[in-house]
Amino acid sequence: MGAVRGLETGAAWLLALLWVLPLLYAFWSAFHPAEYATRFDLLAPLTLDNFREAWSQAPFARYYLNTFLLVTSVLAAQFVLCTLAAYAFARFEFVGRELAFALVLVQLMIMPEVLIVENYTTMSKLGLVDTITGIGLPYMASAFGIFLLRQTFKTVPKELEEAARVEGCSMLQVLWKVYIPLARPTYVAYGLVSVSYHWNNFLWPLVITNSVETRPLTVGLAIFGAPESGVEWSIITAGTLLAVAPLLIAFLLFQRQFVQSFMHAGIK
Amino acid sequence: MPSQNVRVHVYGWLLLMPAAILLIAFTHFPTVATLVQSLFTTGTATRPAAFVGAENYQIMLEDDVFWQVVQNNIWYAVGTIPVSIAIAILMAVWVNARLPARGLVRMAYFTPTVLPMIAVANIWLFFYTPDIGLIDQVVSLFGGGSHNWLGDPDTVLGCIIVITIWKEAGFFMIFYLAALQSLPPELEEAAHLEGASRWYYFRRVTFPLLMPTTLFVLINAVINSFKLVDQLFILTKGGPDNASSLLLYYIYEVAFSFFDEAYAATLTVVLLAVLAVISVGQFLLLDKRIHYR
Repeated sequence: MGAVRGLETGAAWLLALLWVLPLLYAFWSAFHPAEYATRFDLLAPLTLDNFREAWSQAPFARYYLNTFLLVTSVLAAQFVLCTLAAYAFARFEFVGRELAFALVLVQLMIMPEVLIVENYTTMSKLGLVDTITGIGLPYMASAFGIFLLRQTFKTVPKELEEAARVEGCSMLQVLWKVYIPLARPTYVAYGLVSVSYHWNNFLWPLVITNSVETRPLTVGLAIFGAPESGVEWSIITAGTLLAVAPLLIAFLLFQRQFVQSFMHAGIK
Repeated sequence: MPSQNVRVHVYGWLLLMPAAILLIAFTHFPTVATLVQSLFTTGTATRPAAFVGAENYQIMLEDDVFWQVVQNNIWYAVGTIPVSIAIAILMAVWVNARLPARGLVRMAYFTPTVLPMIAVANIWLFFYTPDIGLIDQVVSLFGGGSHNWLGDPDTVLGCIIVITIWKEAGFFMIFYLAALQSLPPELEEAAHLEGASRWYYFRRVTFPLLMPTTLFVLINAVINSFKLVDQLFILTKGGPDNASSLLLYYIYEVAFSFFDEAYAATLTVVLLAVLAVISVGQFLLLDKRIHYR
């Protein structure tokens, strides 16, 4: 029994090591001179030159700004739109509610990245090609967010709402003072999932952007790291780490919160 | 009183309106527009789009690349889904047990989930590089020769599958972890008292109880296998000779490299049909088999 446990512990650790190996390797190659990219020597000198090179070869500062603007605008819009819609579904018995809800859920299956062809046409008609709004717009009304918040709002006791009504609160005041504060954990969970998703999203931003002023980090990184760009390997890994650093650091600091958010968001 | 009632309807719709407009504009309308577009030719400045009925579908059925891509996508799904689910269960069981340095191990498993696929592909690209790449270096330790992993049609899809498993398994793990934590601990104690081995307990008790989670993960995994194509942009561009191209990547190529919107729409209809089949399957499986057994 003890031996089996020991073996299992060893296997679990081995798998963990295997799982972080690619990332560890990226760190190794980014922090060492290029000649050590494939030679593992513990005494190899450390350097930040690769990061300096990557930073100067591609407009990473601009990409950071674009991704930051994208992620925050999408999140803000999602919070507002999904809150209102979820409130409607959870507490108002209006005609066609069930049908409308079913139609909202369609987006869980048919995500915007599947419809790149038609959505590109729509964006060019709206004049939003190559804008940050254009990247974010298809995601702002999120079926996933509406669903999560609706589930949470439904658990709020009716008595609380009635008490607020007695004190003269309007419908929107009830939402603001009763529902939103009670749904805070859901907002945190959804927010983390949404930020990770849009920080990492690639296909649609690739399609809809074509200039440095709008490209998010992922698209910028893909252009920078493409094999035909001829950039040296160590510099590519440095650039890759630059692109993932904010999210990775946030994850390492708030690991528990991240894991619980993904869990919370997935189970509902 | 009736006026009160009307107000509820109006408020409900007003609250829903902003989200509904965007959903219609970017989900429902383009879905319908894709279906319509697939029945027309691609319009140009001089020649407007003309109705051609099922001709685009005819072309698609005679397109060798389409069939190759469908076949690749099936292999991609078959290769990634069972293995990543099995690894996810294993990870969850380990992380749920009393394991030294459990927090670190869980973090290691989960980390690939927060990385963008583009970054992952950048890192793995180097592993697959012939001669100097990590894999060839390890192979050469055992006396093997160099191999162009991504340049060989026989190995390229396998390489893509490995990356996807690495990226997905930790994500699926957390759903199993949540499910395992909700199982009553008395179950395991009882099984232990009865002298059941851990493997027997897992096979006869844990695994069946994890069934709803497995179905949930399965559906997500199937959707991902049709949606996750970012890595191809870095690693292979669908090559060599379309050996690693997947349906969504092919749609991208047709629409934005060959500028054939009508054919891209036709291919999108196939993808939409696949997703529709998955939804129906999810509806039937999740609603009946799991909850009412």
